[in-house]
Amino acid sequence: MLKPGRHLVLGNVACAEGALRAGCRLFAGYPITPANEIAEYMSGEMPRAGGYFLQMEDEIASIAAVIGSSWAGAKAMTATSGPGFSLMQENLSYAHMTETPLVVVDVQRSGPSTGQSTDPSQQDIYQAKYGAHGDYEVIALSPWSAQEMFDLTIRAFNLAEEYRTPVYFLADGMIGHIKEELVVPEQVEIIDRKAPSGPACTPFGTDDPSLVPEMPRFGQGYRLQVTGSSHRPNGVRDMSPKVHAGKVERIMKKILQAEPKIRDVAKVDLDDTEVAVVSFGASARPCYGAVKRARDEGVRAGLLRLKTIWPFPEEEVSRLAERVDAFLVVEMNAGKLVKEVQRVACGRVEIASLTRLGGVVPTLQDIHAEVRRLAR
Amino acid sequence: MKSLKQLKSEYIVQNLTAFCPGCGNGIILNCFVRAIDELGIPVDSVLSVAGIGCSAWIPSPHFRGDTLHTTHGRAITFATGAKVFNPELRTVVFTGDGDGAGIGGNHLIHAARRNIDITCILVNNMNYAMTGGQLAPTTMHGLRTSTSPFGNPEQPFDIAKLVAGAGATYVARWTTNHVVELTRSIKEGLQHRGFAFIEVMSQCPTQQRNILGIRATPQELPSRLLDMWAESTYIRGRPERVRYLYAVPSKAPEEAMKAAEQALGPSAKLSLVDHLTLGRVVRVEAEELEPVRDRLSKLGAIDRIADALEGKIELGVFVREERPEYTEVLRAVGRRARGEE
Repeated sequence: MLKPGRHLVLGNVACAEGALRAGCRLFAGYPITPANEIAEYMSGEMPRAGGYFLQMEDEIASIAAVIGSSWAGAKAMTATSGPGFSLMQENLSYAHMTETPLVVVDVQRSGPSTGQSTDPSQQDIYQAKYGAHGDYEVIALSPWSAQEMFDLTIRAFNLAEEYRTPVYFLADGMIGHIKEELVVPEQVEIIDRKAPSGPACTPFGTDDPSLVPEMPRFGQGYRLQVTGSSHRPNGVRDMSPKVHAGKVERIMKKILQAEPKIRDVAKVDLDDTEVAVVSFGASARPCYGAVKRARDEGVRAGLLRLKTIWPFPEEEVSRLAERVDAFLVVEMNAGKLVKEVQRVACGRVEIASLTRLGGVVPTLQDIHAEVRRLAR
Repeated sequence: MKSLKQLKSEYIVQNLTAFCPGCGNGIILNCFVRAIDELGIPVDSVLSVAGIGCSAWIPSPHFRGDTLHTTHGRAITFATGAKVFNPELRTVVFTGDGDGAGIGGNHLIHAARRNIDITCILVNNMNYAMTGGQLAPTTMHGLRTSTSPFGNPEQPFDIAKLVAGAGATYVARWTTNHVVELTRSIKEGLQHRGFAFIEVMSQCPTQQRNILGIRATPQELPSRLLDMWAESTYIRGRPERVRYLYAVPSKAPEEAMKAAEQALGPSAKLSLVDHLTLGRVVRVEAEELEPVRDRLSKLGAIDRIADALEGKIELGVFVREERPEYTEVLRAVGRRARGEE
């Protein structure tokens, strides 16, 4: 692990460092560009940290091993890209149903299919939210720098442990491969899952207002029944309408009711803004420059950068919709996040969408021109 | 030896079972808890991992230890993560032929290759039973299933050989009619350091009665199927106690039986039996088989004569070796990485 202080590292390496610092002690993965450096770095550092690196036979096996180890007590993660993320979806649905804390890093690349397999994209934000079968709510974070690859990975683990849920870390090929300064702090805040408070633990139900149950691990004598089928608070399978609906509603509500705590947005010049740019990850970088240039020119532009994409920060966007003239949503896909902004703004303001396909980050010039057009 | 009642009260969670009447899974559960009990393994150290299908219900919700009931075909990979992180867990995977050799076949061979310390019990009933008796990768060529109405166009896996070829260090195959041998193999598997694979050919009254075309009352069917497994298998290295052959009927088995009785008289012991690959046939036991063969082959009611071992499945312990175990190797890697050795 890197010592506290300043380092020049690859985004993917910063992510792996953040995971190790957060207490991740099992990594299971399968080679895929542009996420490879995370697995490669883990294969060296994980054994040094006293943990385990597993190269599995595919991504299905990787996420399954992560889930299995989490129930054995591990903080665990996998890292992949779009195609591998697709393969994991069935088991991720299982992880939501069984409330298994874990972190999935998706260093997004340009699809559909193999597409531009080495080029960045932000096309998986809906896959993170809607990729698997069934109803569930997700937490997804998006970093825009090597520093955030570190900081937000730690946060991803803390959120996974606090809410007993899979957390999606949506990086992209550009941020994964960027080489930047990383400041490793002396200390970081670490959150651990709630251990059983007594012998009568109900691992899948709670009276606690957080709606997050205690989580025993295998081998402690709790005789756990962990199943992806509908189950009662004690884990026993029960297919009745009431038990199923109650379970699904709780696992959704525990995330949604905590949205204000999970929410993490960066605001740039938003106090008096007329044109609010909304973006995340790599595409937020040129947005920052475009907003600053527009400000220099006297245009009242601002940037709302989402570090938490899911749950979508509805309150922030809605409040902005009350007072800005226009939104400009910038993203590296065919227009996904813009639909969330439209939904929340609900016709109150003009909404423009600037999207880039082709594995390229939108340019500062294009964003700036669009900001100026909207500000006229 | 503990009674079933004692074992049940100590190891089984509830009285109700989801298994069909006459299912082989109860026998396998019985052998499993007996093995655990006889080895004196604390139940709280046992982690049972299962996938999807009838086999998955053997541990979950029946077994009174930690159980992880996972997704279809992936039980071994969930088990791998748990076992690596906590090697103290006595990790047992229950899977079926569809679950383990169909959708999860890739994970099965890779676990064998890694030689991870997991005991894997694969219940082979030669079809996808829970979903309605569809064709499985273990269904014999030509059999009619709910998705092969004109006969199975495919060839089946020999799963035990497949797993042995992939590098498993303990491989055995038994049937639900071989409870003593099966219990012994589960015990050996639990004590073995490495990937121990035990295939259990199992009866499935609900689906096999159609797939194999066995006409019997629901009361008779389970024992008919159990007898069939005895008749259709042989144990490697164990000589047969009696000399026998099979007369395959040309039409009705009863006619063949009657014709054989008339032709052979009291010189041979005859019985009508179910055989997995030959169908319903006349089993003929005699001191001298050659004259019997000559006489029977002249009869119109008999299509042909089959030798004792024709079309039979081999049982036994096929592999028993020592090779570095995966979680131990990972621990050695860790010590090396930290400069501790």
